[in-house]
Amino acid sequence: MAKVLMKGNEAIGEAAIRAGCLNYFAYPITPQSEVAEYLARRMPEVNGVFLQGESEVAVGYMLFGAAGAGERVFTTSSSPGVSLMSEAISYIAGAQCPAVFVNIIRGGPGLGGILPSQGDYFQSVKGGGHGDYRMLVMAPASVQEAVEMVMTAFPLAEKYRNPVMILGDGLIGQMMEPVEFPEHLRSEPSKKDDWATNGMDTRKSATRNLVKSLYLDPEALNNHNLLLKSKYDRMKQEEVRYESYNAEGEYQALIVSYGTMSRVCRTAIDHLKEEGIEVGMIRPQTVFPFPEKAIHEAASKENCRVVLSIEMSMGQMVEDVERAVMGKRPVKWYGKCGGEVPTPEEIIEVVKEHL
Amino acid sequence: MQSEVMFAGFGGQGILMCGKLLAHTAMQVGYEVAWIPSYGPEMRGGTAYCTVVISDRPIGSPIIKNPAHLVAMNRPSLEKFAPVVKPGGVILVNESLIPVRSGREDVDEILVPATGIAKELGSVKAANIVALSAFVARSGIVDFEAMREAVREEFSGKEKFLPLNMAAIDAGRKSALEQPETETA
Amino acid sequence: MGKTFQKPEALTDVHTHYCPGCTHGVIHRLVGEVIDELGIRGRTVGIAPVGCAVLAYNYFSCDFQEAAHGRAPAMATGIKRVRPDLMVFTYQGDGDLASIGMGEIIHAANRGEKFTAIFVNNAVYGMTGGQMAPTTMPGQRTTTSPLGRNTEETGMPIRVAELLSSLATEGYITRQTVIKPKFINRTKKALKKAFTYQMEGRCFSLVEVVSTCPTNWGMTPLDAIKWTEETLLPYFPLGDFKTPEEAEAVSANA
Repeated sequence: MAKVLMKGNEAIGEAAIRAGCLNYFAYPITPQSEVAEYLARRMPEVNGVFLQGESEVAVGYMLFGAAGAGERVFTTSSSPGVSLMSEAISYIAGAQCPAVFVNIIRGGPGLGGILPSQGDYFQSVKGGGHGDYRMLVMAPASVQEAVEMVMTAFPLAEKYRNPVMILGDGLIGQMMEPVEFPEHLRSEPSKKDDWATNGMDTRKSATRNLVKSLYLDPEALNNHNLLLKSKYDRMKQEEVRYESYNAEGEYQALIVSYGTMSRVCRTAIDHLKEEGIEVGMIRPQTVFPFPEKAIHEAASKENCRVVLSIEMSMGQMVEDVERAVMGKRPVKWYGKCGGEVPTPEEIIEVVKEHL
Repeated sequence: MQSEVMFAGFGGQGILMCGKLLAHTAMQVGYEVAWIPSYGPEMRGGTAYCTVVISDRPIGSPIIKNPAHLVAMNRPSLEKFAPVVKPGGVILVNESLIPVRSGREDVDEILVPATGIAKELGSVKAANIVALSAFVARSGIVDFEAMREAVREEFSGKEKFLPLNMAAIDAGRKSALEQPETETA
Repeated sequence: MGKTFQKPEALTDVHTHYCPGCTHGVIHRLVGEVIDELGIRGRTVGIAPVGCAVLAYNYFSCDFQEAAHGRAPAMATGIKRVRPDLMVFTYQGDGDLASIGMGEIIHAANRGEKFTAIFVNNAVYGMTGGQMAPTTMPGQRTTTSPLGRNTEETGMPIRVAELLSSLATEGYITRQTVIKPKFINRTKKALKKAFTYQMEGRCFSLVEVVSTCPTNWGMTPLDAIKWTEETLLPYFPLGDFKTPEEAEAVSANA
């Protein structure tokens, strides 16, 4: 298929359809409302479901209901909306249902602003809702990558029976880039007869299915949490994704950066190279599970003197970077938020300061 | 090689679409492209701008503080962005609405009465196409005929606007090419 | 001689955890009978609330999902939209539906979601131990209104059936009770009507059931029935507040 020029938000909507997800519930919020606008038009064309819920709280549970009934379903929102959905995300994780959430992050806290940010790192990676749960979180750095991540999110959500989040930022949503929708990423929804409330007649079974997260017996709840933990541990084994940039040879500094921010860093690294300063980069594509091993190894390279976590947030990912580096090298943070995206020139300055 | 073009003007002047058409053209002729809008409250009647990045390799930073070129459709845009354009670039000034100049001597500044030309052709709405055409003709940033194709494609399905916009393309090029190139310092 | 009285197939064969004198058991049974009579168990999904009926999924032998507090109507919406062929009912108490979940029920009703809400109104929070509910009566003592509900501070009890029936969208909204056999029969009829409307893909339906909570009211079951009759029913009148037929009649007149 030929490439088309699409806005990130619209491409995300189309990607879900191409992946085989025809159910979408959402509530408008800047800077991702174009997804809803796009799908309000597009879903009826493919006999899909589009519904604008009355709040992000309700939308979260519409996803829970639909996912519990065994259907592929997704939503898109932005930071304050994701806070409201976090209650449902906790329930969905607890009840082990697959669902896909897209967060086009804007600046916070509170109402914050509407410009790009990465301030929801903790919320998505450490759990915005209550209880011991994790989401598989993928962070795209281009519109094309957003498309691919959305398309892979559905089978991953089903593999783990767990919510998967695509962590974008305002720029990923608003930018237009050429995209194609890889046909091979289309997937058939998995069979869910073992657990979904799809109706006993549907699955020709005499036993009912329950979708729930309530375990009043402490031993049962502990066992349930151990089961969930085993899934998160498996994600750590099987789903870590990252990309290295300029990291094959020796370098004096290592940058860890994701999403839009990593593109700015890439430009900075190119400029530094021209000046004779080698800087490597690890770009986590999954922020949970976090590419700890790759970062540890990259930081351990002989000439690497410092590791920089560069974020559009006030030092969130840096905690995971520190955990990964395990004291092997000094770890520094640099970042801005609220829509102020550090420029390549700033990154160059920061790198030089630390050398 | 990477080049960046900033389109700026009032909301409603078709600024974002102008950028989209350039990005689309560049993509069609094989470049890597990114179209980066300003979004938010400034969309409502204030200054709207977008930046188109065209490159022969994957595009890094989408944050462009110093674009190579500027197409300024109103005065606040020219005043705000002219100072940040890289030396040697093109600054297109919509002469119909902007009574001042960029004050830059190190750029190729062209004056195109885009709004006036569009009005004569039948609708001020085509001013963005006049400006786009003039800019592409002057900068040679992408193949001119490919740009014409992109505009034609954009208006397919809106056939009644097609003649106006095709005329806007010819008029824009004429306006840009009849001006002598500025001596850049 | 065969059995003349037996448990509906739609109910499981377990003892409920409900208190003596509580009416949840009766309502469960009525729902079970209706599901049996309509022959829909194999395509029914129930949604349990947070409240005394949180464990309702243990008592129904059909598919069940368990909601967060108040969110059952949003979940029902999700299921019904992606699987319109399934029969979906929510089973919610007054704290769940009329307090924390008021937004969800109003919007589900207003969108005309084709599911059935069973709303058990006993004027008190049961599971958490007898706190004030939005439907608690003026002067009624609860653990969070120890001197009796002060309407100056907390307003008047919310009449959910009336509130929802004021929406312009078509729907079946009724209020019933189960404190006497004749009322029980009427409630069953109302439930059957509600499920039938859903089967026909006709409209949203809500059956409010005025119920007793002897435990948290601090009464014997008999006194609780008496109090319901004397105090609750005058404020929460019984009957159909809205039927889709009515809406048709109105639009025919227009």
